[in-house]
Amino acid sequence: MKSKRVLAARYGLLALGVLFIAVGILRREHVDVLQKAVMICLECIGIG
Amino acid sequence: MPGMYRDRLKKHRLSFQRRVQLVSAVLVNGYAIGFAKGRIFTGGTKAVCVPVLNCYSCPGALGACPIGSLQAALGSAGHRFPFYVLGLLMLFGVVLGRLACGLLCPFGLLQDLLHKVPVPKLKVTRKIDRPLRWLKYIVLLVTVILLPAFAVNDTGVNPPYFCKYICPAGTLGGGVPLLLTNPSLRALVGALFSWKALVLVVIIAACVFIPRAFCRYLCPLGAFYSLFNRFGFYQMKLDKSKCIGCKKCEESCPMGVEVTKDINSVECIRCGKCKEVCPKGAVTPVYPLSDSTSKKQKL
Repeated sequence: MKSKRVLAARYGLLALGVLFIAVGILRREHVDVLQKAVMICLECIGIG
Repeated sequence: MPGMYRDRLKKHRLSFQRRVQLVSAVLVNGYAIGFAKGRIFTGGTKAVCVPVLNCYSCPGALGACPIGSLQAALGSAGHRFPFYVLGLLMLFGVVLGRLACGLLCPFGLLQDLLHKVPVPKLKVTRKIDRPLRWLKYIVLLVTVILLPAFAVNDTGVNPPYFCKYICPAGTLGGGVPLLLTNPSLRALVGALFSWKALVLVVIIAACVFIPRAFCRYLCPLGAFYSLFNRFGFYQMKLDKSKCIGCKKCEESCPMGVEVTKDINSVECIRCGKCKEVCPKGAVTPVYPLSDSTSKKQKL
């Protein structure tokens, strides 16, 4: 019974994760991630 | 003599964990030119988050940091729900869980190496250790989610609070190499860098005395993955019929997991040390379809 619940949670979360990624890509959120990541983040390096 | 030489070689051979950690650190930070020229990679792979804490301002970084990206998405104009970054984090959480901490994270590798410094080690009592472990969840909730989403500064911007005030990976992987090689950035150094350098030094010192101190008490990414540790594909299994209760597994665990009681604890980083030291082979990893593996073994 417990293992069934674990399996349901495992595959449910996996499906939700994939769905979120797909929705994010449709909303072009990956472009926002790219734009942020290709510039030096001054806060991250302790300047900004 | 050849036998002795072979034994010595065997003793100094890198463990499976160390080899995977090194390969991962090189793959995640593969833009070697960046270190030499003091600039960061700007290719398309940076649209994808890596599953580990690795600053995207590190000159070698080929991917985006998931914690930095999450803060940026939460603090962006319009405060849209961060589907993409959260989806990636969930995917990493289910598929890898804290295996990412134990085998893939470059900052985890650094902590493991720091703990090899030959000084007397500190044993944190359970009474102090247990409540301190909750700190990483507070760091995740407050500095990665709530503050970047809601706390606007004087200039009307939501800063990435964890990156700005805590993240040692950003200081070490991004700050130090960029400041060493880029004079224009060096001219901008001020009080914030002094603060971040101090945080880094304290964390480094803590890791020398306490194994994986940052993973145990502060890492927000580890806190997030720990939520998936019990559901993830990669699990550890203890065969109680083989276990002789020697507790060697618990003594060797860098995260202080009570292996014989709760082998798939949220704190387990799947480093495999318990498996390595078990004299009876009672600890085994189970991935990904445990049932079919055990059936095959029975046959």
